[in-house]
Amino acid sequence: MGAVVAIDALLHERQVWRGRPVAPPAGAQPTGHAGLDAVLPSGGWPEAALSELLIPADGVGELQLLWPTLARLSQAGERMVLVAPPYLPFAPAWRQAGVDLRQLQVVRADTPRNALWATEQCLRSGSCGAVLCWPLGADDRALRRLQVAAAAGRTLAFATRPLAVAIHPSPAALRIAIDAAPPQWRVLKCRGGVAPAQPIPQGAG
Amino acid sequence: MRWACILLPQLALDGVLRHCADPDAPRVLVSGSAQQRALHAVSSSARARGLRRGMPLTAAQALTHGFATDAYRPEDEARWHRFLAGWAYGFSSQVSLQFPHALMLEIQGSLGLFGPWPRFEARLREELAVLGFRHRIVAAPHPVAARMLANGHDGLAIDGEAPLRRALGQLPVQRAGFAPDVATAFARMGLRTLRQVWALPRDGLARRFPAEVLRHLDALLGERDVALESYRPPDRFDPRIELGHEVESSQALLFPLKRLTADLAAFLAGRDGGVQRFDLQLEHDHDARTRVPVGLLTPERDPALLFELARGRLEQVQLPAPVRAIALCADELPPFVPVHRELFDPRPQQAMPWEQLRERLRARLGEDAVHGVQVQADHRPECASLSPLDVPTRREAPSFGAAPGSRPGWLLAKPVPLRGPMPQLLAGPERIESGWWDGGDVRRDYYRARLPTGQCAWVFRPVGGGGFMLHGWFA
Repeated sequence: MGAVVAIDALLHERQVWRGRPVAPPAGAQPTGHAGLDAVLPSGGWPEAALSELLIPADGVGELQLLWPTLARLSQAGERMVLVAPPYLPFAPAWRQAGVDLRQLQVVRADTPRNALWATEQCLRSGSCGAVLCWPLGADDRALRRLQVAAAAGRTLAFATRPLAVAIHPSPAALRIAIDAAPPQWRVLKCRGGVAPAQPIPQGAG
Repeated sequence: MRWACILLPQLALDGVLRHCADPDAPRVLVSGSAQQRALHAVSSSARARGLRRGMPLTAAQALTHGFATDAYRPEDEARWHRFLAGWAYGFSSQVSLQFPHALMLEIQGSLGLFGPWPRFEARLREELAVLGFRHRIVAAPHPVAARMLANGHDGLAIDGEAPLRRALGQLPVQRAGFAPDVATAFARMGLRTLRQVWALPRDGLARRFPAEVLRHLDALLGERDVALESYRPPDRFDPRIELGHEVESSQALLFPLKRLTADLAAFLAGRDGGVQRFDLQLEHDHDARTRVPVGLLTPERDPALLFELARGRLEQVQLPAPVRAIALCADELPPFVPVHRELFDPRPQQAMPWEQLRERLRARLGEDAVHGVQVQADHRPECASLSPLDVPTRREAPSFGAAPGSRPGWLLAKPVPLRGPMPQLLAGPERIESGWWDGGDVRRDYYRARLPTGQCAWVFRPVGGGGFMLHGWFA
């Protein structure tokens, strides 16, 4: 009954299946921030999935986080769509960040409902490289639709939402909270791996 | 075998039936004066009830009831004739409308692309069936022969003079296209088929009958060339569907709308063009109209896309009054350039190209909902990034003097006063003073500031005093 078996022996006999950490595939969508890439399971943004950026207030650095990715995609000839951005994208700054403005399209929507519809259409069409949206008052169902659309169109989707919704669960594959002081990123959830406990300082690497 | 004749025996009726939701219901076309109205055409289900062409309307009503009547309108029939000519123009460059109820197509030159003839014919039949027109098709070496053989045959294809002579020889005289009195005279002479007419001596025929008879006989055999007037496609498309009753919801307009856009697509395919802008006109009582413009960024001609766009625009319209008729009017018909497609697409699931997606977004969100972003050569922040679609591009500024990182990613559409305690200024001031020439004079000192909440803002103070104004976010 109380036979003590050394775990080494069991493992050696290969009678116990042991889940092995699968080596993450080479990141096809690096974020452009080495510190962040290092902790994300796929070495970058989850492909064909929704990523959520949670910000405490406007103007705390969601663009700093996204610009390297947008610059890389636009230079590769992918189209980027901003659906109903809260402010006007200021072209000189976007170009200084390396974004090819010819690949940037802005969609204006009068209601949050139309904005969600437009986002889903863009994601589902598969003709865009990345779609950025600012869903207002979106519930779990709406986000799930976006996630499914992103998977169907194999497109990167980014939803920027207020930090207050972090307490609610979300179907997004990746959730990153952006802190203003000190400037850092906290990965709240990442599919395919354990979310790192330590925040990542902004601009590291 | 050079000419094909497509005979349309029920052109007027088919034109009416294809706008009916239930084409199998008995339906007749009525013509004649108000006192003597007679049936001009009867649908197959009406014929099954014993109605015949030429029957007085009163007799028809005595015989049966429950059939729908429409007035026969020659101008509608002519319109459908022209519409089908436009369709046929997609298959042949020589299409003639010279014979009533029939289309003549020169096919020899088209066989290389669409042929051989049995396949070509099958395609013609298939498309006509989709368009909803009954038809008989005959191919023959000469146009007049093809037209007359179509009177008695369907699916006949004759190649060569000897078979043509044989086929024409069996044609009854009544159906050979002679004037009625000539045909009667032949019948009274005991001549029943064309072969018997040919057996008569020519000089005798010339003496007893008008000159047209010999000319027609020669044209049938191709011994005399007939010049057919060629069809030339029009440069605009404007069909109109009159609804039988008042329609109050846009849902009920979708069926006629689908017909209209499908016709437009057929017309465009025929002239190898696309459409960039078209109008839907909804006609109400008392000559009132609602115009629904549908604009596209690039020429398109896909029927499903055109329907979806028109539907998107139509569903947003609030009708002031019930609709009696719907018309589609397309003036701008630029050449259609198919989208360039890569053989090995990097994203194979690409279901919808961007152009199509953009049209769909614009159809629901508004004409100017989708736009790009461009740098303008202007120091004023308000002007440096304006770029809705139609703003003429000024010079593209290389970098325009701004230091890297000195401009915010987000710009507020209008500066707002900065509330709260005094922000911590990180950089500045940067004086921007410009625009005295166009009335938008700006004299401001810009700072990069950190708010107590940790946000990084782009604020300015007007030169000469005033509080801080928030103009952008360094996000």
